[in-house]
Amino acid sequence: MSTHSTYDLLRHLADSWGLVMMTVIFLGLCAWPFRPGARPMNRDAANSIFKDESDV
Amino acid sequence: MESALKRSGLWLAGLLIAVLACAAAVDTGFAIHMGIVGLACIIGLIVTLRGLDLSRAILSPDQGRYDDDVIRWGVIATVFWGMAGFLVGLIIALQLALPVLNLGLEWTAFGRLRPLHTSAVIFAFGGNALIATSFYVVQRTCRARLAFPGLARFVFWGYQLFIVLAATGYLLGITQAKEYAEPEWYVDIWLTIVWVAYLAVFVGTIIKRTEPHIYVANWFYLSFIITVAMLHIVNNLNWPVSFVGSRSFPVFAGVQGALVQWWYGHNAVGFFLTAGFLAMMYYFVPKQAERPIFSYRLSIIHFWALIFLYIWAGPHHLHYTALPDWAQTLGMVFSVMLWMPSWGGMINGLMTLNGAWDKVRTDPIIRMMVMALAFYGMSTFEGPMMSIKSVNSLSHYTDWTIGHVHSGALGWNGMITFACVYYMVPRLWAKPRLYSLRMVNWHFWLATVGIVFYASSMWVAGITQGLMWREYGADGYLVNSFAETVLALKPMYFLRAFGGLLFLSGAVVMTVNVWRTILGHQRDEAPMRDAAFDPAKDRPLVAVAA
Repeated sequence: MSTHSTYDLLRHLADSWGLVMMTVIFLGLCAWPFRPGARPMNRDAANSIFKDESDV
Repeated sequence: MESALKRSGLWLAGLLIAVLACAAAVDTGFAIHMGIVGLACIIGLIVTLRGLDLSRAILSPDQGRYDDDVIRWGVIATVFWGMAGFLVGLIIALQLALPVLNLGLEWTAFGRLRPLHTSAVIFAFGGNALIATSFYVVQRTCRARLAFPGLARFVFWGYQLFIVLAATGYLLGITQAKEYAEPEWYVDIWLTIVWVAYLAVFVGTIIKRTEPHIYVANWFYLSFIITVAMLHIVNNLNWPVSFVGSRSFPVFAGVQGALVQWWYGHNAVGFFLTAGFLAMMYYFVPKQAERPIFSYRLSIIHFWALIFLYIWAGPHHLHYTALPDWAQTLGMVFSVMLWMPSWGGMINGLMTLNGAWDKVRTDPIIRMMVMALAFYGMSTFEGPMMSIKSVNSLSHYTDWTIGHVHSGALGWNGMITFACVYYMVPRLWAKPRLYSLRMVNWHFWLATVGIVFYASSMWVAGITQGLMWREYGADGYLVNSFAETVLALKPMYFLRAFGGLLFLSGAVVMTVNVWRTILGHQRDEAPMRDAAFDPAKDRPLVAVAA
């Protein structure tokens, strides 16, 4: 494969399927903590750093 | 006994290799560096022979206690390298105002001291703060003792050797001439080894956690460690001219090389100075405020947005260069998009104080954290603005950029690090409190006023410079010569140096405070705030005879 076609291939991947895939994965990761039933998990995670103040 | 002999043999072998490399060196700089490596091997040998290298912490660690030795060393190193880096910063600021301070020597010229300053503050001060806080936070949030204690000690001392080699190299004129990646090939290889060990200790501790959830601060630390490893390796793909010499040439050339350098350079800002310090923010701000983070969901969006966006922002350093236009625009667009998650993170940190805003008045450590977040917000607004091509055509290559970097570095990285040091020191040395809270307050004000002087003088200087460079006369010629623009900036350079002096003074106050806290002293001082009491009025009312 010539240098030019490597560049061309990557260039087209980057502004079509590559971009779509990245966007979908990104949005999925951002939506994940908003899934139904995640609220108590988020609250527990946020408070987990204070556990060491009350046990022992 | 047998293993002590083996370890001594390893140090001796290292010493032998260093001596041989020193003797065969093709340039003085490499010879001096191998001398330093040899010296490090001798120190290691002495420590091993005296039986001090394998402490109980390594041989039979008490899993019921946190391993804080490395963290204590890291805090001391942070304060020490901070003082060194800030002092060199003040010296080079004065050199720009008073060129005679270059002393006419190659070793003290601005060009060699400048990377000494940048590396000392970013990699030595910031790096030690990151190593110390990451080991502190990962143990506390995973509720597990640090994994691989021997390796953790190697990370600390290996990193200090990297700093010494890098710093002495700059003074000797050993440089790859890549901004923030100046150390030469052999120092780069050494840092790679240390960094992989760092990753192993960090991931090892996460794996042995007893807390099921991995707290978000650890996500930020982990992304910082992994991304810096990737950036460091790719940008330092250099081939040495001689294996016993300090010169090397990069694999990438021309515009490709420039793009790789700024892909590295901007992500060093994004992952070293942002992700790593945000990890500190996500643990220490809630801890000091005694309230959970405002929104855990927002912190996760903040994390993924930084990961997905930052990596593309580098080309904004190469506007109007030979870099393809679409790549420049890509860099600009991603930089502008970064503004949103950055402000999301700032709001998340600030709103953690919701319902406890009085702490800003009563707790100087919280005050420092709030100022750090304010500067994080300010510089992450200024950055995207400056990445817009039309703004960049005015700001690029001027002192505005220097002002922008310092409002982020002094305001955000400096302030949050100081706050974390003040948080950790009494806990690490088991003292009831800091030596003096009032001195923290002094530090806060000295640093804040110092940054204001620094940033505002550089705004004026940068815009003056940018406008003077682009000023054309009626006949189509440039109006100002370069020397005229330099002369116009002189008062601003003095103001900048004054700001640096204030910032350094604040750090001196911190050094005294930390030192005396470690010694166990407590300053006899009035509390920061108490309910009003006037003894003169503290008496019964007596009816006055009319």
